[in-house]
Amino acid sequence: MAAAVTTEKQQPTLVIRPPSGFAGLGVGDLWRFRELLLFLTWRDIKIRYKQTVLGAAWALLQPFLTMIVFTVVINHIGKVHTPIPYPLFALSTLALWYYFSNSVNLTSASLVGSAALITKVYFPRISVVLSPILAGLVDFCLAFLLVAGAMVYYGFAPPVHALLVPLFVVLAGLMALGLGLVLSALNVKYRDIRYAVPFVLQLWLWATPVAYPGSAVPAKFKLLYTLNPMTGVVEGYRWALLGTGHIRVLHLAISIGTALVLLLGGALYFSRAERAFADVI
Amino acid sequence: MSSDLAIEARGLGKLYVLGERGRSPIRRNREELWALRDVAFEVERGAAMGVVGHNGAGKTTLLKILSRITAPTTGEARIRGSVGSLLEVGTGFHPELSGRDNVYLNGAILGMRRREIKAKFDEIVAFAEVERFIDTPVKRYSSGMYVRLAFAVAAHLEPDILIVDEVLAVGDASFQRKCLGKMGEVSNEGRTVVFVSHNMAAVRSLTSRALWLDHGRIAADGATGDVVTEYLASTIDEEVSGVVDLTENSSRRTVSKFTAQRVRFTSVSLLDADDRPMLAFGEGTPLRLDMRFDVREPVRFLELYVRVKSTEGQRLFTSFAGQIESTVYPGRYRSICEFPENPLRPGRYVVELVARAADPEDIVPSALVFAVEAGHLEEENMRYVTRADGIIRVRSTWSGVERDEQPASALAREPRLVGP
Repeated sequence: MAAAVTTEKQQPTLVIRPPSGFAGLGVGDLWRFRELLLFLTWRDIKIRYKQTVLGAAWALLQPFLTMIVFTVVINHIGKVHTPIPYPLFALSTLALWYYFSNSVNLTSASLVGSAALITKVYFPRISVVLSPILAGLVDFCLAFLLVAGAMVYYGFAPPVHALLVPLFVVLAGLMALGLGLVLSALNVKYRDIRYAVPFVLQLWLWATPVAYPGSAVPAKFKLLYTLNPMTGVVEGYRWALLGTGHIRVLHLAISIGTALVLLLGGALYFSRAERAFADVI
Repeated sequence: MSSDLAIEARGLGKLYVLGERGRSPIRRNREELWALRDVAFEVERGAAMGVVGHNGAGKTTLLKILSRITAPTTGEARIRGSVGSLLEVGTGFHPELSGRDNVYLNGAILGMRRREIKAKFDEIVAFAEVERFIDTPVKRYSSGMYVRLAFAVAAHLEPDILIVDEVLAVGDASFQRKCLGKMGEVSNEGRTVVFVSHNMAAVRSLTSRALWLDHGRIAADGATGDVVTEYLASTIDEEVSGVVDLTENSSRRTVSKFTAQRVRFTSVSLLDADDRPMLAFGEGTPLRLDMRFDVREPVRFLELYVRVKSTEGQRLFTSFAGQIESTVYPGRYRSICEFPENPLRPGRYVVELVARAADPEDIVPSALVFAVEAGHLEEENMRYVTRADGIIRVRSTWSGVERDEQPASALAREPRLVGP
């Protein structure tokens, strides 16, 4: 929506006009509504495990149980071996992967889930897309406690560059945001997205070196492995946290590049689609 | 432009494209609808403007444009000052969260700052009368409590310009009175208010100036009293003839399988005092129903019924003409059923016609739809009682409120036997 705030005689005047061209993402509005973003995030955290018996334990169970399955299937049956104990290896990347995939899942459904709000109140629409990504950080931190526990159990001391871990988490969050902007806006128009996203994320998990080290990828799949924008994120994160594997500039460049393209393209598409949300949703 | 104007709209239009979206890119079968067309008006700072019109006249679309929920297709609006819009109460309420949490969340959604909500929190909770349940999830609230809390948050919003859609049609009567009072306060505080309502009494009491929208265009703009009168008058001559055709090809006719059809209704109309057919009546106006029917074969024991229903299909009352014992021979007939007392409160009602002779002969479930308009006879103290409280008006008298000298505990101790 084209809406500009100008100051005329010290009186803010809002001009409402038909939309034309790139209207921007309303970063100014996002700042003005920053408290709303915090409230939405806080709501997402608060209600996520409401009326569940296990509560926040779900944030731990998801990666933990998956790690057990992976240990049996990949490590014992598939005979994939890792330089450090496999459970710790899998658990640490699963924590990051779940942050990423839950974020993509929740953001892509976020606009449609907030239809009641969107048709009744004005606020920067991007806040509902951002809030699950911010709220997901809490789950990530919980899961990370589990990873820390595993480190203690296996007597593993993380390298100094583990301090870089937050950078990779932010990169995963930005990637999810870029995807979320596109998918959430598409989902307003085409509800197919709701069915496609969980399925694609499941396939993507297997295409990404989460359950196995990058070195185990056979030569004929190397191209796919390299082009996968999550490879750089996951490998980089693992290198930072566990010191295994290699951080490759190419992988990292592809990850950062893709995240930037997604963010820019997503913002552009979102701002165009945003105008019609209330009419189409 | 003068700085005394809070809202200035010029050439506002909103085009909706109907039909299935996201299907064929070839634009066939697409119907276009201008929900709003060339709407221009100005609202002075501190003024309260009402917006009236039929459903689908574009009232809500206008509010949605002014509150930036949807963008206009043409024109522009300039708005001076902060806008708070209230298109619904309880927007963003989350059932799992406590009343307290929802006050904060809802306040933030409506554009309030955290410390503003914090400062008004106790006042909001007291206004809503939910102190004891403030830490209970709102899904456990009764609908009344829920609405009260939601409205209380909204009522404490303090923008420069307040945009309100039909939100007063909720809650119980006493709470509504409180809300109307609060709204009145708001408009007296120099705040600019744009208020949409179907409740003409509320529009009259809260606004001094009104806009009447008809099919997306401004039909009248002026003093509330004049605009409302003009609008109400238009709803009355809307259907020119007021006589509803009930013959075979009429759209009112639905296939009735289980009727003998020896008797068939052919037309029906409601008459005013001057015997003119009308479809809208002031509250309390006597109703006279003129029905015509054909008798095709001789019928004995003919019975005619007139039933008045709500638009939701709830039967409100039925009038029975009594059995006609003699044989009615083929021909065209007419009968008038009169209701000298019209207890219907403002709203739309449906007339059902039934003819039977032992077995059903003809049934027309919605032969006629008519409206009862508010504001004509509405008693002062009924203004705050909404349709949600009941749609039949019964005359009543109240004693004043007197002090009850007998202590309540004495009553409680007195043993009472109920039943055998």
